Amino acid sequence: MSRTRTERLVNLVICLLSTRRFLTAAQIAATVPGYEHDPDDARQHEAFQRKFERDKAELRALGVPLEVGTASAFDTEPGYRIAPREYALPDIPLQPDEAAAVGIAARLWQHAGLAAAASSGLAKLRAAGIDVDPQATLEVEPVVTVDPAFAPLAAATRERRTVTFDYRVPVQDAPTRRRLQPWGVVCWRGRWYVVGHDLDRDATRCFRLSRIVGPVKAVGRAGTYLPPDDVDLISQVARWSGPTEKRGRATVLTRPGRAVGLRRWAKTVDRGPDGDRLVLPYACPEALAGSLVRYGADVLVLEPPEVRDAVIQRLKEIAVRQQPAGALP
Amino acid sequence: MTVTPPAQRGSRTAADRLARLLNLVPYLLARPGIRVAEAAADLGVTDRQLREDLELLWVCGLPGYGPGDLIDMAFDGDRVTITYDAGIDRPLRLTPDEALALVVALRMLVETPGMANRDVIERALAKIEDAAGDLIGAPVAVRMPGCGDRLDALREAVQRRRALRITYYGATRDETTDRVIDPIRVLMVGGLGYLEAWCRRAEAVRLFRADRIDALVELEEPARAPKQIQLHDVRTGIFQPSPDLPLITLCVGRASRWITEYYPCERVSPAHEGELSGPDGAGQEWLVSMRVADLAWARRLVLGLGPDVAVVSPPELAEQVREQVTDALAAYAVPLTEAPTD
Repeated sequence: MSRTRTERLVNLVICLLSTRRFLTAAQIAATVPGYEHDPDDARQHEAFQRKFERDKAELRALGVPLEVGTASAFDTEPGYRIAPREYALPDIPLQPDEAAAVGIAARLWQHAGLAAAASSGLAKLRAAGIDVDPQATLEVEPVVTVDPAFAPLAAATRERRTVTFDYRVPVQDAPTRRRLQPWGVVCWRGRWYVVGHDLDRDATRCFRLSRIVGPVKAVGRAGTYLPPDDVDLISQVARWSGPTEKRGRATVLTRPGRAVGLRRWAKTVDRGPDGDRLVLPYACPEALAGSLVRYGADVLVLEPPEVRDAVIQRLKEIAVRQQPAGALP
Repeated sequence: MTVTPPAQRGSRTAADRLARLLNLVPYLLARPGIRVAEAAADLGVTDRQLREDLELLWVCGLPGYGPGDLIDMAFDGDRVTITYDAGIDRPLRLTPDEALALVVALRMLVETPGMANRDVIERALAKIEDAAGDLIGAPVAVRMPGCGDRLDALREAVQRRRALRITYYGATRDETTDRVIDPIRVLMVGGLGYLEAWCRRAEAVRLFRADRIDALVELEEPARAPKQIQLHDVRTGIFQPSPDLPLITLCVGRASRWITEYYPCERVSPAHEGELSGPDGAGQEWLVSMRVADLAWARRLVLGLGPDVAVVSPPELAEQVREQVTDALAAYAVPLTEAPTD
């Protein structure tokens, strides 16, 4: 955009803000510098119309609320104006400490997506006369990282547009294409997820944003679906990735001073002549066996049999797998 | 990540300029007599850019475009005052992306455990949400994990500048140690709280995971972290492997492939080039190379992953894993059966 175009657009905004009546394209052309042309010359007129269309699109992209209407019932041509009340940022009565908090929040995006939006948003607050202390800090500094897929997914959620993206789970090398009607984006325990209706699986699904490969593409029209009213995004993600209740109890024997990691989550630790007995809560015997095998010969499972057997089975399998190279057939 | 083509980037900066110009008038209007340099710094542009913006605004104004219609300003040395605003006396309302960026970041702050002045942040959030109206539109929910009490205590220790005696579980060595530390700051990274502190035992700056601090006593003596110390740059993650750490290579099946997402790896490649595998990667294996702080930790990692993983190198790691398995099976009185040799 050249300097002349920028100048023309500033003048267009000022002109449309100052008018109460809707101004037609012809009236605007006769008023705002930069649109001069001979309306009777078809080529010139067409060039003007293209220019005016581009300018309107530019203003709308910036978020300028361009109203379209007619000045009276006798007008056939649409006119344009900008209602100052719609244009202007409403008053935000931020106290200095609250403004400082907004400033800190905006800085969280520094090295991540939406950084530009946060700083232009902050610039608008400053333009509204709010002073933001750039030096303010907090005692706890959250480091916010956001995946590249965040911004397009948030936009698609807002517009209620179906998206497609390639999704790669760690167990596979090749990503698969997914089609999703996104309902919302969730930050759960520091990781980002999108929740929505998976069109191919015809079911509610969560996707981890860090596993999305390449661009997120919005497809189809806006507003083509309605997310369910009662959807609780957090619990959707929590159910998908959250821990299960640990009802089982296993007793293991360990030498004093060993398997320190296990002791930390043991329900009880009893010293005995043959070692320390730890009682460990668990949900899945296989998963617990994985944790216990980590400590090798330092941990011996006493009960229940399902855990003891799982550990022995696992140890046997590892023994086979870790044969020295020479012992392989 | 998508790459913006140069043409689009050019028009993006031009659109940014238009936004900046529309914002500049109300900004200056609210601060009569502000120094150009101060305004430029505040708005994140150079002095020269700001002066060019002012020159452009000077020829814009209301229809008629006579002397009384154009935006006008008075210069007094390096200070500027808007004397006529031509009707752009307010900034443009927030765009959906701007509202989203501010609101989500504030929700992050509110959700951060151990955050002081939470009420201030909540008030700020409510006011911004109010101003944004239904613009945000996109439901974005934020929930951070608990352990807020522990972070509260840590934050207070940082604030009071007191040394701490902590009992800390180190997963690398699987040991709990007592140490005296001088707290520097509390961080949240990837949903976990950390205390960055000078460790008197290690005589170095260390990051302590809040959920692994098993006990904590605030000491009478003041914190005395040495000045001029290098803090961690945590923006790329907490564990930054250095090239002098031992390198291990594992052959990893699909069930353990998650480790490549969880730990920084130097190399991940298919173990068997050109081999056909099932559509879901069944039967496929990968060679994964990573730096580890401690071989005993690597041994626990390999044992925990189970038969899905085989040690490729170094040989002493493979040997340690075999020893542990043999001893453990002996404790269960299970004889170690030979591998089938057919």
